[in-house]
Amino acid sequence: MNFSLARVSLIAEADMVGIAGERAVGDPRGVLYFPELRLLAVSDLHLEKGSSLARRGTLIPPYDTGATLLRLQAVIADYQPAIVISLGDSFHDGGGAQRMHQSFRERLVALMAGRDWFWVAGNHDPEAPADLPGYTVRELAIGSLLFRHEPSKIRVEGEIAGHLHPCARIVQRGRSVRRRCFAGDGGRMIMPAFGAYTGSLNVLDRAYAGLFRRESLMAYMLGAERIFAISGSMLRPG
Amino acid sequence: MPSRYLWRVTEQPRLTEQNAAVHLPEPFVKWFAERGWSPRAHQVELLATVQDRQSVLLIAPTGAGKTLAGFLPSLTELAGRPRRRPGQAHRGIHTLYISPLKALAVDIERNLGKPVEEIGLPVTIETRTGDTPAHKRQRQKLVPPDILLTTPEQLALLIAAPDARRFFEDMRYVVLDELHSLVTSKRGHLLALGLARLRSFVPDLQTIGLSATVAEPDELRRWLLGQNPPEISTKPAMASLITVAGGAKPDISILDSEQHVPWSGHSARYAIPEIYEAIKRHRTTLLFVNTRSQAELLFQELWRANEDSLPIALHHGSLDVGQRRRVEKAMGENALRAIVATSTLDLGIDWGDVDLVVHVGAPKGASRLAQRIGRANHRMDEPSKAILIPANRFEVLECRAALDANYLGAQDTPPLIDGALDVLSQHVLGSACAAPFDADLLFEEVRSAAPYARLERGTFDRVVDFVATGGYALKSYERYARIRKTNDGMWRVSHPRIAQQYRLNVGTIVEMPELNVRYVRQGRGLAGRGGPVLGKIEEYFAETLRPGDSFLFAGKVLRFEGIRENECVVSNGAGANIIVPSYAGGKFPLSTYLADQVRGMLADSNRWQALPEQVADWLRLQKEKSVLPKRGDLLVETFPRGNRHYMVAYPFEGRLAHQTLGMLLTRRLERVGARPLGFVATDYSLAVWALDDMASLFKARKPSLAALFDEDMLGDDLEAWLNDSWMLKRTFRTCAVIAGLIEKRFPGQEKSGRQVTVSADLIYDVLRSHEPDHILLQATRTDAAAGLLDVSRLAEMLSRVRGRIVHKHLEQISPLAVPIMLEIGKESVNGAANETLLMEAADLVEEAMGRG
Repeated sequence: MNFSLARVSLIAEADMVGIAGERAVGDPRGVLYFPELRLLAVSDLHLEKGSSLARRGTLIPPYDTGATLLRLQAVIADYQPAIVISLGDSFHDGGGAQRMHQSFRERLVALMAGRDWFWVAGNHDPEAPADLPGYTVRELAIGSLLFRHEPSKIRVEGEIAGHLHPCARIVQRGRSVRRRCFAGDGGRMIMPAFGAYTGSLNVLDRAYAGLFRRESLMAYMLGAERIFAISGSMLRPG
Repeated sequence: MPSRYLWRVTEQPRLTEQNAAVHLPEPFVKWFAERGWSPRAHQVELLATVQDRQSVLLIAPTGAGKTLAGFLPSLTELAGRPRRRPGQAHRGIHTLYISPLKALAVDIERNLGKPVEEIGLPVTIETRTGDTPAHKRQRQKLVPPDILLTTPEQLALLIAAPDARRFFEDMRYVVLDELHSLVTSKRGHLLALGLARLRSFVPDLQTIGLSATVAEPDELRRWLLGQNPPEISTKPAMASLITVAGGAKPDISILDSEQHVPWSGHSARYAIPEIYEAIKRHRTTLLFVNTRSQAELLFQELWRANEDSLPIALHHGSLDVGQRRRVEKAMGENALRAIVATSTLDLGIDWGDVDLVVHVGAPKGASRLAQRIGRANHRMDEPSKAILIPANRFEVLECRAALDANYLGAQDTPPLIDGALDVLSQHVLGSACAAPFDADLLFEEVRSAAPYARLERGTFDRVVDFVATGGYALKSYERYARIRKTNDGMWRVSHPRIAQQYRLNVGTIVEMPELNVRYVRQGRGLAGRGGPVLGKIEEYFAETLRPGDSFLFAGKVLRFEGIRENECVVSNGAGANIIVPSYAGGKFPLSTYLADQVRGMLADSNRWQALPEQVADWLRLQKEKSVLPKRGDLLVETFPRGNRHYMVAYPFEGRLAHQTLGMLLTRRLERVGARPLGFVATDYSLAVWALDDMASLFKARKPSLAALFDEDMLGDDLEAWLNDSWMLKRTFRTCAVIAGLIEKRFPGQEKSGRQVTVSADLIYDVLRSHEPDHILLQATRTDAAAGLLDVSRLAEMLSRVRGRIVHKHLEQISPLAVPIMLEIGKESVNGAANETLLMEAADLVEEAMGRG
């Protein structure tokens, strides 16, 4: 069975998000897929975060890179994209690519084979990752879209960024639900962090000040099977 | 007079023949004589035992002069010690006193200081707690006091310092106060390991344990001594035991209210007028409740009834420290008429002249009740007076059972559990911080601590491996090791930074994320600044509030304005729909002993005469409409109601065990296609509801009721459910912090505890899927099984009721089922329902946009 086709053809209207006139699939696993461009965007992988913390004496389990790659492998298998953009902070620090275990490196290289792969430079990994294929870029413009790591303070229509690790929170029937989310206002989109050890920051935090048109802010919260479009007025801080 | 309870006139026999040899120095004899006092028999006996070079456990009720007894050996010995000559080196600590509460250490310093001064003893006494300023700690290291009063955490810090041996090597005694409450927690494990270390410094160290009455004194006696490894001796070493029988029998009654006793709920609102009258009739009343939420509610209701403006105060662990101290001070000065309190007041601090204890809600344990009632009067020769206020009908039964048990002197303190591995990890790292260690020697030392006596070498080695490199099967952190084995075979800290990190993270108390409650002027909203902090509230509660909501905290009705950084901003509130915060802590399950007593009472209609008429009527009606189970039986009722089918079981095993059972039963019912919709659990019973008729399933033996309740549910079903449970994540976070895998957070370091919560959850997910047998996950499951899930209790019950399940099918709800049926809908929805909530919220958007 070709699950990728099944998945793409079964995309419900509810899964679609709009950015400056382009339409993309908001996948509940936290990636964006542009069917017409056959382009997959993923942000803030933070590979080798475990070993980065271990260097400073916090010995958290060394399985985050493996876990993140496994999930990445699954989305790539589903969509079979021609282009993959990793939107920065792909590695938790500059030495991450070098520290990565050989078996993980091989898995990553296998994933990259046969596609155009772009490493957008992030604040954690400003340089090109060592010994890995792919193009390293500061930013990337495709059609009306502009991919970069940190969202710019000046409004840029069609900008797709990461960096902030957005999550959103609602309270419904007295219960609080917090999830990672895509945050957008129709003009720009900020992607959730994909890495296994990445925390998140509420879209109402002051770090997001000025980025969105408040009246059209939408949080696309990640569910188990689908995303949920929640309007900004329903969101809660914290 | 603060020292009243240390040195009290007694009518007890003077020195006995047997104790004639005891050495009580002249100044003491004179001091007693001048006041017309004499030491009590057990005080002298303890002194004799210790002078005979033995360690000892003293079990005595409140007001028996335990503290004096504990310090007599030290004081008498210090009195006879030659003075230090000028130029002579400073002597190390002579006596170490450890208590579970900082406040208790401070209290003892005050109470001990006076007689020491009056007798003219050359003894220095100092406290060392988290509040002790750095310069004082520094000075204590250079010039140690003779008697140091401290907590288990401070001991852990002291022994992890490089100069620990010098600091402690002159020590003679360790006095452990409130030992019964210390030993049941992870703090007790940390303390036991600390004691083992002290014994390695001072092999003939003597311990003196002070405890309230417990079910198994031998467990505590073992705890006080170093244990031999099992291959050398299987006979445990035990400290001597001195037991003081209880004083006058307490005068306890159950409120027999004129009012209707509610079917369910915990507020006891119906009894407020009668409680208020009781307060008016007494000098000082101490009102105990089981949870902080109940404390807030009761306090509020009492003030509503307080027409005479009596000084009534509130005291619980979430309130601001300053406010708590003010209440404690007012209480010591007898300036209050009533205090509403939770377990923060359980321990042996001197609380002025309390002449009535009111216990609102069921006591949950006979020993707990006895200890709380012991607070009244504080003189063991006079009867304490107490009134129990059951909040609902089942609690009437429980109060009656507890009351009978208290008269019988029954004890149901929980059994001790094996030492936790996360605590051991912390200790192993601490050991390396103090000095390089040899694994063989450390293992022997650890095993000498009673909670770790059964520790296996393989497990110990895994713990050392965990401390060194995380202990992962994927050996990728060798180069980042925190401790390393060097060529001489000794384990050393790899970097001084590791020792610093350790010192910041010592301890076993891991708080749930909390927010300060900041009180501002009304009308300014979130912009309001600068008001006082009223205390702390759990973050998850604050998150469910909407601006404008009213809630009850610190005895005030507050209006929620919003969350600003790490603060929950509030102003004056009002309104009818007031929410009461709930707290994760402070819920005790019904003790096994009391549960059995309650079942016994249900089965025996002769005992109903002791119950209030309305409650006895309720049971008679149950007997008529359904059935009352025999003492050892489990009654399961089924009945339809609305378009659903209900099953109600009455195991009386406590809420935690029932919740676990409910979770497992619904899984099984789902598998057999009964389409269960939900369940609710109380301390007494469990209700499950489903779309299908469960009674006909049982009848067709698809499955039979016996098969449904089979013990095998504790195998795979439990495992599968556990892994997805939020409870396990919460437990993992605690274990990970204690074990030093993730760091504690400190004020100012983070805006809130959320970053920790998130990353601990993420780590849990990753570790569970990649290395499910990791030692920290093992520790987590052990903790959860014992604490949150009460699996052992459930296992005992399932095995007890095998072949003794009584099924009664009814056309309608039974009288006994009413209380739990009223709870339905109050329980929160579980994890899976979160998706539904998101869908609702998303649908609202659709609707608003006209696309729905």
